[in-house]
Amino acid sequence: MKFVDEFRDVELARAVVSRIHRKSSRHIRLMEFCGGHTVTIMKHGIRQLLPPTVEMLSGPGCPVCVTANQDLDRAIALAREPGVIIATFGDMLKVPGSHSSLQRVRADGADIRIVYSTLDALHIARQNRDKSVVFIGIGFETTAPTIAASILEAEEEGITNYHVLSLHKLCPPVIKALLDSGEVRLDGLICPGHVSAIIGSRPWEFVARDYGIGCVVSGFEPLDVLQSVEMLVDQLERGEPRVEIAYRRGVRPEGNLRAQELMNAIFEPSAANWRGMGVVPGSGLKLNKRYQRFDAQLAFEIDPGPTVEPKGCICGDILRGVKTPLDCKLFRGACTPEHPVGPCMVSSEGSCAGYYHYGTV
Amino acid sequence: MEPFKDDKVLLAHGSGGRLSHELVERGFLPAFDNPLLSKLDDSAVFEAKGRLAFTTDSYIVTPIFFPGGDIGKLAVCGTVNDLSMSGAVPLYLSLSFIIEEGFPLSDLGRIVTSIKEAAEEAGVKVVTGDTKVASRGSVDKLFVNTAGVGVVPHGVDISASNARPGDKLILSGPIGQHGIAVMAMREGLKFATAVESDCAPLNKLVAEMLEVSGQVHCLRDPTRGGLATTLNDFATQSDVGILIYEDMIPVSDEVRAACEMLGFDPFHVANEGRLVAVAAPDDAQGIVERMRQNKYGAEAAIIGEVREEHRGKVVMKTSLGASRIVDMMVGELLPRIC
Repeated sequence: MKFVDEFRDVELARAVVSRIHRKSSRHIRLMEFCGGHTVTIMKHGIRQLLPPTVEMLSGPGCPVCVTANQDLDRAIALAREPGVIIATFGDMLKVPGSHSSLQRVRADGADIRIVYSTLDALHIARQNRDKSVVFIGIGFETTAPTIAASILEAEEEGITNYHVLSLHKLCPPVIKALLDSGEVRLDGLICPGHVSAIIGSRPWEFVARDYGIGCVVSGFEPLDVLQSVEMLVDQLERGEPRVEIAYRRGVRPEGNLRAQELMNAIFEPSAANWRGMGVVPGSGLKLNKRYQRFDAQLAFEIDPGPTVEPKGCICGDILRGVKTPLDCKLFRGACTPEHPVGPCMVSSEGSCAGYYHYGTV
Repeated sequence: MEPFKDDKVLLAHGSGGRLSHELVERGFLPAFDNPLLSKLDDSAVFEAKGRLAFTTDSYIVTPIFFPGGDIGKLAVCGTVNDLSMSGAVPLYLSLSFIIEEGFPLSDLGRIVTSIKEAAEEAGVKVVTGDTKVASRGSVDKLFVNTAGVGVVPHGVDISASNARPGDKLILSGPIGQHGIAVMAMREGLKFATAVESDCAPLNKLVAEMLEVSGQVHCLRDPTRGGLATTLNDFATQSDVGILIYEDMIPVSDEVRAACEMLGFDPFHVANEGRLVAVAAPDDAQGIVERMRQNKYGAEAAIIGEVREEHRGKVVMKTSLGASRIVDMMVGELLPRIC
């Protein structure tokens, strides 16, 4: 299959692996920011192929996982409102909030529909003019432009029953917060490919410049990840951390200007509440003044009640790269994909789900 | 189905009165004509010798018609295959419809024809049946239930708990076709419309396998939950380890592309015309060669082996040479976010 098989070429991959073994002399810690990378690494057993000198940590790049309980509770409260249809990406359904989950309120009769794109959500609004359709807007810079596009389309068509609960988060500010906390020592960062396709590679430059950490923007096939590891090993062995793009077929230094324009037209930066990290200033997106009427937070008066965090769950520590799923007492016992305690076990991009489904024996 | 006065199914078609009789006599009897059914007694009465296998399944699928089949074909193949996976020779089926009021009679006719064709291909007879009509909104278009009876030949002992270390695993063809065909239609994924369901009766394929080998230990059709779930069933029920090789498992380009886009693992996607067998190592190659002569086994291959190690777990050697666990599917298949 074009654009997949080339990046799973076994011979090429073996060659990259043996070069990494040959070149890597000092111990380095790399973080793959993105949950998509974590899945690739687990699914193809990449950790087992790397030399002991290269340590890989998983980062906070899983949109479902970093959604704070308070925000989940808000979505669940909205779902219980009469006359509201919730449109959401599937992964959100099973994540437990303080007291319930979208899946559970759906079983109780709430109208919750899984969509593949924001335009599907808009279509539901078009077909149900007597109801309010609320799209649960989670995701990073990757999904935000598509939501912006749906809002523009809603405005053009005069659709008034479409709202967005904007829980969008921005990647570079949270990396900054993570590094400033001093909790994790990193030598290199595998930067998210899809996010960088939108924002470009430039927003990562501060990481190399101010923190001396190497950055490589990576694609999602096994060969992409291996190549990125090799580039980081090269940088770090030479002692020259900088920003490079391994995912050239998807990412340009300046990013996708049209998508950025769209995002900037609808959203403005705001503080966002991250699971495990708390409120990080400037790390989220809210609808700007002009488009406020699409903002579900303003359109509905909702009281999600007090937030309760799951007992014993270390998703927050895992998202910060401080711990791994294997450090969690609940892993595979009280917390399984059937009965998840924390979101990292739910999302297909979550570290715990990755370890659970694809772990070694 | 012969033309009716009405073009839609009415509540009265399921009432047991005149319209019900008309539906049976004009719609169903001509299609399934056989002496056991035509008697229209309360039960079908027949002779049977030996050990019997008995199974039932209900079929609910949206959409009802999909590339490569429909709910009727599915209802025959699913039950025929469940019997076949116990090594039984399927003989008789029951057929129950629960129909939503207002369902087009012409669609019912298409479904009956496809049941007739699938039953003929499998060589089974529909010998008893029932029709209920539910008021609009209380069922989604049409539900079908079939039960099946078959005879297990002397000496055949097939069970998911019979796998032994050293045995080989055989897969009958590319995985994921049915699930993706249905999903593509349901979600309007135009790029995947070339994918056809693999829905097929596998009883003849199984009979041929049992002809060439008396050492087929386990058989299962990887329907919902896909290949991964079936392999995990073998591993837990037989308390053995299973090792498979990623490179050896056939997946079509269209199914791979759809799975890549949607974030599914082809190992978890449903099949309706595939089987996985566990057989003694000396017989495995012969079985595969015989399977390849049948159109439903044309791409049969050995995909792995049963081991003493990692009991209860399925492990896959990836193309890159690493190994990882292949887990059962949990909950529903959900599309990915970013």
